[in-house]
Amino acid sequence: MAAPLDVAPSGDVAPEAMLSGISAKAIEGRSLGQIAWLRLRRDKVAMAGGAVVIFLILVAIFGPFLVQNPDIYHANLINPTLSRPNGPFGGISVAHPFGVEPVTGRDVLSRIVNGARVSLLIAFLATALAVSIGVVMGIIAGYVGGWVDGVIARSMDVFLAFPLLVFAIALVGVIPSSAFGLSGNSLRIGLLVFVIGFFAWPYMGRIIRGQTLSLREREFVDAARSIGARGPYILFRELLPNLVAPILVYSTLLIPTNILFEAALSYLGVGIIPPTPSWGGMISDAVNSGFYSIDPMYMIIPGLAIFITVMAFNLFGDGLRDALDPRSSR
Amino acid sequence: MTARAPAPHPVITFIVRRLIATVFLLIVVSMITFAIFFLLPRLAGQTTRGLASQYIGRNPTPAAVHAIEQQLGLDAPLPVQYGRFLRGIVLGEHFNAGTSKAYCPPPCFGYSFKNQQPVWPMMVSGLPVTISLAAGAAILWLVGGVAIGVISALRRGTLFDRFSMGVALAGVSLPIFFTGLIALELFSYKWPIFPNVQFVPFTQNPLLWARNLVLPWIVLAFLYAALYARLTRAGMLETMSEDYIRTARAKGLPERTVIFKHGLRAALTPIVTIFGMDIGLLLGGAILTEVTFSLHGLGLFTVEAIQNQDLPEILGVTLLAAFFIVIANLVVDVLYAVVDPRVRR
Repeated sequence: MAAPLDVAPSGDVAPEAMLSGISAKAIEGRSLGQIAWLRLRRDKVAMAGGAVVIFLILVAIFGPFLVQNPDIYHANLINPTLSRPNGPFGGISVAHPFGVEPVTGRDVLSRIVNGARVSLLIAFLATALAVSIGVVMGIIAGYVGGWVDGVIARSMDVFLAFPLLVFAIALVGVIPSSAFGLSGNSLRIGLLVFVIGFFAWPYMGRIIRGQTLSLREREFVDAARSIGARGPYILFRELLPNLVAPILVYSTLLIPTNILFEAALSYLGVGIIPPTPSWGGMISDAVNSGFYSIDPMYMIIPGLAIFITVMAFNLFGDGLRDALDPRSSR
Repeated sequence: MTARAPAPHPVITFIVRRLIATVFLLIVVSMITFAIFFLLPRLAGQTTRGLASQYIGRNPTPAAVHAIEQQLGLDAPLPVQYGRFLRGIVLGEHFNAGTSKAYCPPPCFGYSFKNQQPVWPMMVSGLPVTISLAAGAAILWLVGGVAIGVISALRRGTLFDRFSMGVALAGVSLPIFFTGLIALELFSYKWPIFPNVQFVPFTQNPLLWARNLVLPWIVLAFLYAALYARLTRAGMLETMSEDYIRTARAKGLPERTVIFKHGLRAALTPIVTIFGMDIGLLLGGAILTEVTFSLHGLGLFTVEAIQNQDLPEILGVTLLAAFFIVIANLVVDVLYAVVDPRVRR
C-alpha cells in the first residue's frame, strides 16, 4: 500500500532530499520512512538523545549483571563516628565510581544501575499498556463514529478527570501486601504499570481518534472499501500503518513522563519497596536519613540519573516528531 | 432563526447545559472512585474485616472491628454503600464505633476513626496552604511561561531563544522534588535567603506568607513554566505564519497590535484549556512540593493518610481531587463560551 503518511506535500520532500546531495535517481526509491530517518539523522541533538536512550536500555538490561550486588554493606568505607563515607564527594573511588551511601556503605553505581532497570521496566510496560488501550479505543472511536464514538470520547473525559498521582498513591495504600498471586515488588510493579497505563491511555486515545477521523475520509480508504474490504481489514491493515508515526512519537514522549511518575511514587514511599533500589527511593533515603546536606552526592547522583534519562527521551522524542511531521517543527 | 418566544441568551443555555453535564460527570467520577476503592481490594483478596480494621486504630480488638464492619455496612452491596456515602455528603452521618460515638456533619466525606475526626474539616484546614501554593505558582508560570514563549517565537533562532528553550527542556525533565531539595539546600540552608520555609496564613502576615512561599512557588512553577514556554512558542510560530497575520501586517497595523491582538490571542486559546486542566491536576504537583518543603496542606495530608492507611481520609481526598479537576474544566469551558462565540453550540 502506498502509505499516504501525512508527512509533507511532495513538493516539500524533493528539494529537501536533494539538499542531502544525492542524485535524482536515488530519490525515487525512497520511502517516507527513509526520508524521516534521513531527517532524524541530520538532527544531531535528537541523535545524541537517541544514543543515550539506547545506552540506558542496554544498562537496564545488562548492567545489573556487570556491577556488584547493590545490597552489600561496606562498613569499612564509612567513617565510624560521622557515619559518612570516607573521602570527598561521597567516597568516590575507582572501586566505587559514584561513591557509597552514608551509614550502610552500599555502592551507589550498582544501585543506580539496578534502579535503571526497575524504572525503565515500569515506564516501558506502562507505556505499552497505555498505548495499546489508547490506540484500540481511538481507532474504533474515530472509525466507527456515532454513539460508539460518543461513549468512548465521554469515557476519555471521565478518565482525564482522575487525579493520577493522588489516585496511584491512594490505590497502593488500599491494596493488601499480597494479592492477585503476587507479592512484594512484583505486586507493586504490576500495580504501578496498571495504574499508569490505565489512566494515561486517553491522551493517546484522543490523538489517535483525531488522526483516524481525518484518515477515514481519505481516498485510499474508499478504494479499499470499494474492492470489498471490511471493517477489521480497513482498521488494522489500512489505517493502523498510517498511525505508526503518531504512535511512535507519543510513546517516546510518554515514557519520560512515566519515568518521572515512578520516581515520584518511589520518592513518596509508595513505589518500589526498599531495599530494592529505585532512583526516587534513593532520593527519599537521602532526605529521610538527613544526610543529603552533609553528603550532597547521595541525592545529586540519583537526581541526575532521572534528569539525564528523562531529558534523553524528551530530546529523542522531539527529534522523532520533527522528523516524522515536519509541519510541527516550523 | 424562527420567531419563537425570546430564547435565553446562548451563553446561559450553554452554561446550564455544562452544569448539568458536570453534575453527571461528578457522579460518574465518584462512582468509579468508590468502586475502585472498595472493589479492587476485594478482588485482591481483602476481606471486609480487613477493610474494617483499616478504619480503626492500629491494634483493634476483634469486637471493635466487627462493630465497625456492622456500623459501616461494609458487607452490604456496593451500591448500598455508595448511596449511604452520598447521603452522608448531603445530610451528614452518625457513626457508632463500639465505644465511641461520633457525628459527622454535612458535607460528610467520611469519618477518620484513627484521628477521631470527620474528614471534611481536616481537608478544609489544609486548603489555605494548597491554594496559596497553587495560586502563586500558577500566576508565576502562566505569566513567565507565556512571556518567554512569545519572546522566543518572535526572536526565533537567537541566543535568547536557544538558551530559554534549553532551560525549558531541562525544566520539563527535572523532577519537582529534586529541584525542590536543591533549592531548599542552597537558598534555605547554605545561603539563608529564605530560611524556615513554613506556612504563615496570609491574614496573619502577608509579607511573611509571601516570603516563605517564594521557594515552593518557584520550584512548582518552574516545571509548568517550562512546559508553557514550549507550548506558547510552538503556538506563536504556527499562528504568526498564518495568512491573516500577513493580511494584518499588509493593511498597516502596528507590529504590536499584530503580535498581541492577532497572534497571541489565537496562540493562547489552547494554552487556556491546558491551564484549566493543570490547575485541576495541580494537587499532584502540590503533593510533591508540600512533602519536599514540609508544608501542611492537602498534599501532605494525602501522603500522611496513605502512611496511616486511613481509608476514609484517602477516599475523601481522592474524591476532592477529582472534584477539583471537574470544576476546573467547567470553569474553563464557561470562560471559553464567553470569549469564543463558536463554542456555544
